[in-house]
Parts: sequence; structure tokens; C-alpha cells
Amino acid sequence: MEWTPIWLSLKLAAITTLILLVIGIPLAYWLSRRSSLLKVIIEAILTMPLVLPPSVLGFYLLLSFSPNSILGKWLLEYFNLSLVFSFEGLVVASVIYSLPFMVSPVKSALAHLPASLAEASYTMGKSKFETFCRVLLPNIKSSLWTATVLTFAHTLGEFGVVLMIGGKLEGITKVASIAIYDAVDNNQYHEANLYSLVLFAITFVIVILVFILNRNSLKGPLE
Amino acid sequence: MIEIAIDKKIKTYKGYSRLLVEDSFPLSSVTKVYGPSGIGKTTFLKIIAGLITPDQGIIKVAGQTWLDTQKKINLPPQERKAGFVFQDYALFPNMTALEHLQYATQDQQLVGRLLRAGQMETFAGHRPQQLSGGQQQRLAILRALAQRPALLLMDEAFSAMDDELRETLITELKILLKEFGTTTIIVSHHAQETLGFADRSLKID
Repeated sequence: MEWTPIWLSLKLAAITTLILLVIGIPLAYWLSRRSSLLKVIIEAILTMPLVLPPSVLGFYLLLSFSPNSILGKWLLEYFNLSLVFSFEGLVVASVIYSLPFMVSPVKSALAHLPASLAEASYTMGKSKFETFCRVLLPNIKSSLWTATVLTFAHTLGEFGVVLMIGGKLEGITKVASIAIYDAVDNNQYHEANLYSLVLFAITFVIVILVFILNRNSLKGPLE
Repeated sequence: MIEIAIDKKIKTYKGYSRLLVEDSFPLSSVTKVYGPSGIGKTTFLKIIAGLITPDQGIIKVAGQTWLDTQKKINLPPQERKAGFVFQDYALFPNMTALEHLQYATQDQQLVGRLLRAGQMETFAGHRPQQLSGGQQQRLAILRALAQRPALLLMDEAFSAMDDELRETLITELKILLKEFGTTTIIVSHHAQETLGFADRSLKID
């Protein structure tokens, strides 16, 4: 069994999760504030990857990133970057595909915190940013863990989008889920079984870890 | 003197109504605000703190304008720094009692003094969920006082305390409020609750 697909999957999941932690948390905070029609529309767009068949999303991303498209041409011309059949392309596609898994739990947790927590902090002279970092985020720790793990695990198990946008280039885009499909396609059931077992073990360990970390999760005095 | 004149359309269970309040509060006084449920007493306090903006209004605290809708002056809550005791306490589940006070002030001496005044020294390392209702309420009051506010706004701040504890706390509070020169506005449903604390009252109806 080749370990490269497993390593690629882990690398893709880790990079995607890190990027989504940086952009997903502020986005979730913004969405959790007072609702507006614009926010409803944006949230609906962000939720689309949850309900769309991955192949549909992958197909549109393939068209968008293709060197013949306006975006693809622009990226190639100005940044010498091709997102089709490349690891960078997989990262961009995974970020889009896994975005709702990071944003939804965080947004929901922030929206459920009593408004008075932030208000109390503001009356003590604390800025919105300081309040967010020292009051809001620590009190949604368990949801943050859940969102991080869901994002990581979801990216690890990606198939349709990855296949459409990246194909199965050895050492570049052939991640573990593609390797399993490829092995089955070539009647190499033993190899497919090994890949599957490794993916299962990794995911199981991560989920167990989160359960342990959330074992003593804090509950608000009003809960 | 603290001058407050506000006008805000508010949503109640009966539909819309207007919250109209106009009063002057002598500095260092303690005013009890009362009136029927749902009339907007909490909204009134939040407007003063800068957490809600009224349709029209003026708030002047000791010569400083916090709000003047005509002149488009509206200081954010961070600049008003009014001490606020929320009805739901608004304690931070991730912080201990000591950390709550340290979040509000850097003055370690004052932190120790407040813990003693609220008889909370033995619970300094406890988080809100490890405290009783009365202890949580005391902590909320102490936290609001920690920044030596010019104005202290209390929303049903003694409701979870027994008579003995409340009377002891009121005695301590009066000493601190006098020392800080703090003016207090307290919303309360029960006349008994603010006995010996408030020296004037304001009815909202």
C-alpha cells in the first residue's frame, strides 16, 4: 500500500481546516448578528455544498477554474496558478465544499449565547474584538471543536469534488478516497481495505479525541 | 446632575407603545425605577448604557453628553462605561469570580476589597455554574462596581438574595457608592427590595 494518498488526504484536510478556522469563524460571527435579507441569501449560498451532489459542485468548479474561463485565465496570467488538476485547486475546492461544516456549528453556538454576555463586556469598556476573543469564543469551545473535527473529517472523506477538480494524479491529487476507488476499480480489494481501515482509524481517533476534550465542556449558568 | 430625556417606540406583547422618560438625577443619588411589567424599564437602562439607541433623546452625565440625537452624539457603551447589573446576571461561564473582577479592572486592591464586601472571598476561584443564584447576583453587582462607574444601572439586582444578605450587601454598597461618587438607577418590582437603598423613585407608565 502506498502511503502518499493518506498523507495527501491528511495534508489537504489540515490545510483546509486551518483556512476555514481563519475565515469561517469571523464569517460565522457576522452571520450570527442581526439577520438581514443579504445575510439570508449569503447563508443559503454557503449552505449549498451541503445539499448539492458533490459532482455538481465539482463540475462547476472545474468550469470556473479551467484556463478557458475568465477566472482561470486571470489566475494563470497574473499568478501563474492553475487550479485544475493541482493540489492548490483541491484546497480551494475543499474550502468551498467544507465551509458550511465550519460555519454552521459556530454560527449556531454564537447565536445561542445570551446577548447580555457581550453587552456586559461592552459596558466594561471592552472592544468588540476583545469581547469576541475573551468572552464569546471561550464559551463556544465545544462547538469550535465540533466544527473543526467535522471540517477535517469531511475533507478527509471528500470524493466527488476532488475527483472532478483534481482527477487522480499520483502524488499530487490522488487522495485516499480516490485511491480506494481506484483500487476497487482495479480489483485490488486488499489494498482498498487497507486504505479504508487507515481512514476509519484516523477518523475514529479524531472523534474520540473530541469527545474527551468536550467531556468537561462548560455550561452557561442559564443553561 | 444627570439629565435624561428619551423617546423610543418599543414592541410589547400588546403591540407597539412609546417609552417616554424625562427626569434629572442628583449626583450620588439612588433612584428606584418602577412600573408595570413590559413597560420598558430594562430598555430604559440599556438606552442609558448605550446598548440600545432611542428614536430621540438626550443623556447628560455630570456635564458630559452621552447622547444627543439632534446633534448626532451617541457615545458607544465602551466610552460610557456605565456599571450594569443584568437581570440574567450575564456572568461569563469561562471565568472564575476573581477573573470576572480582574476582567473589569486592573486594580488588584479594589478586587480584594470587592470580594470582601460581597462575602465572596471563599468563592473567588469558583465559576458561575458553581455558585448559587444569590452568589451569582452578588458577583454581577461587584463586577459592575469594579470600574468605579459614574453611573450604576441595576436591573432587579437583589431579587435572588435573602433579606439578611441583601441588607448586609446594601450597607457595603452604600459605602462604596459614596466613595466612588456613583449615581445609581435600580429597576425593581418589589418595594421591600430597595428599602434602605433608594432615596428617590421614578415611575414609568
